[in-house]
Amino acid sequence: MTVLHTSPQHFTDFFPPNELVLESGQKIGPITLQYETYGTLNDSKSNAVLICHALSGDAHVSGVDLKDPTYVGWWDSFVGPGKAIDTNQFFVICSNVLGGCKGSTGPQSIDPKTQKPYGLTFPIMTIGDMVNAQEALIHWLGIESLHAVIGGSMGGMQALEWAIQFPSKVKRCIPIATTSRLSPQALAFDAVGRNAIISDPNYNKGHYYDQPNQPENGLAIARMIGHITYLSEESMDYKFGRKLQKKDDYGYDFSTDFQVESYLVYQGNKFGSRFDANSYVYLTKAISYFDLEKKYGSLESAFERIQSKMMVVSITSDWLYTPKESKAIVKALMKLNKQVTYCEINSDSGHDAFLIDHAHLGKVTRNFLMSEAS
Amino acid sequence: MNALYDVILSAVEPKTKVLDLGCGDGTLLSYLKQHKQIQDFGVEIEFENIASCVQKGIPVYQGNIEEALFEFSDKAYDYVILSQTLQEIHNPLVVINEMLRVGKKAIVTFPNFGYWKIRAQLFFTGHSPRTKELPFEWYNTPNIRVITISDFKRLCTAQGYKILQGPNFLGNAFSQKGFFVLTV
Repeated sequence: MTVLHTSPQHFTDFFPPNELVLESGQKIGPITLQYETYGTLNDSKSNAVLICHALSGDAHVSGVDLKDPTYVGWWDSFVGPGKAIDTNQFFVICSNVLGGCKGSTGPQSIDPKTQKPYGLTFPIMTIGDMVNAQEALIHWLGIESLHAVIGGSMGGMQALEWAIQFPSKVKRCIPIATTSRLSPQALAFDAVGRNAIISDPNYNKGHYYDQPNQPENGLAIARMIGHITYLSEESMDYKFGRKLQKKDDYGYDFSTDFQVESYLVYQGNKFGSRFDANSYVYLTKAISYFDLEKKYGSLESAFERIQSKMMVVSITSDWLYTPKESKAIVKALMKLNKQVTYCEINSDSGHDAFLIDHAHLGKVTRNFLMSEAS
Repeated sequence: MNALYDVILSAVEPKTKVLDLGCGDGTLLSYLKQHKQIQDFGVEIEFENIASCVQKGIPVYQGNIEEALFEFSDKAYDYVILSQTLQEIHNPLVVINEMLRVGKKAIVTFPNFGYWKIRAQLFFTGHSPRTKELPFEWYNTPNIRVITISDFKRLCTAQGYKILQGPNFLGNAFSQKGFFVLTV
């Protein structure tokens, strides 16, 4: 199998006075998006597949970074030559979201007005705003309509907004392990994560970029909480059980005893040093605000304009964005007589299954991408 | 294509909306689509079948029939088909009533246990009948119900279903399959 070597590209638009008007009414510009592409755009520009990443993702969805051979794409086993999303066949695009911290404009970017990082002066933005920014990129690439938009979790929310906001530009839409609005339980987890960051003494009301200490601990705790919600009872039992970490017996102190603790600490610390705390706060806020029923009046009126063929995929053990929530999306589409397929991936891996359990998800995705558009 | 599909095909008007409950790999729906240009939708529980339906371009809902039916609005379909699945259903009355709520017409087919060869098997061997179509033992069969054409007709009378098409008086003994088109 060929190894894809990729390097990020950049696109900048929304220069003043043509700033992007956000759902909140605030404006922001210019906006830069970091993106990567794989495969070749065909002559009719009809084979483009847009992948929308989740909370902690970035534009590097597949392959190996040219400058850093250890940096492998976050969905590499799913996207690439001969894989479920076959880059021999499709021109795959993935961009870091607005508000992100992986090369796109976000709270850590320099505000042209003050020549300082935005911090908390960055405007609150929504999933719909992210999609509007992405659409400018797609337009700039000269693509009139996308063969498919696909994404899991927060990426699935973007995929839904794509189908609603740009109905004629999306032929196929695959929202995976997502929801049309967060449950109170999911809202609560996001709120606790934000609180962990904001109460870190190094957070300094979001202006920490020029400080010697960064709010890495708060961010690590937020990530640890997040990780619990991405797993399931079964997967945690299977992965860790009550096994002790490099110990034969309890330490009878407050050091790390259990493997599950050590795993969360490891994941938290890794994330704390590679992600921007403000981005985390802004992106989880965008996720929390995501509510298609509130925005459009009802799910039916949100989906009324959809022209894409839809395939909604849920994961049986996902308790963060449950199959029931996916079914609510499907039911509303069915009521409107839209072309919709509902598929449940049987997996014990919880919400994260969309990133790791590829056999089933890959098969339906491949088949759906090959099927005729409606 | 099997003979039953042609019987179903002949009962379906062109360019109508058809819902197939337990649609398997989508063979029947694609057959109907090919010959009658229907607008199709399937309900199916097995993942591999879902993947096949997606490949054939058939929109499909993964779930069990009873649960899925509640998702549809009244008279959303011209025909709701339940083909060779009735014998596996826990609440046949609920399902048939729901089919007639969701569809203008319901098409039901099932293996007929009144067929003379099946009666003869039971009579002569004393064992629960096994056929090419239903090759199971009593302890491992997914078919939890034993239905004859006469039984089904009696149910229709009791429930007040109108039989638009169905077997004649000889059907119970001489048809391997029951085939009914119902409405309310």
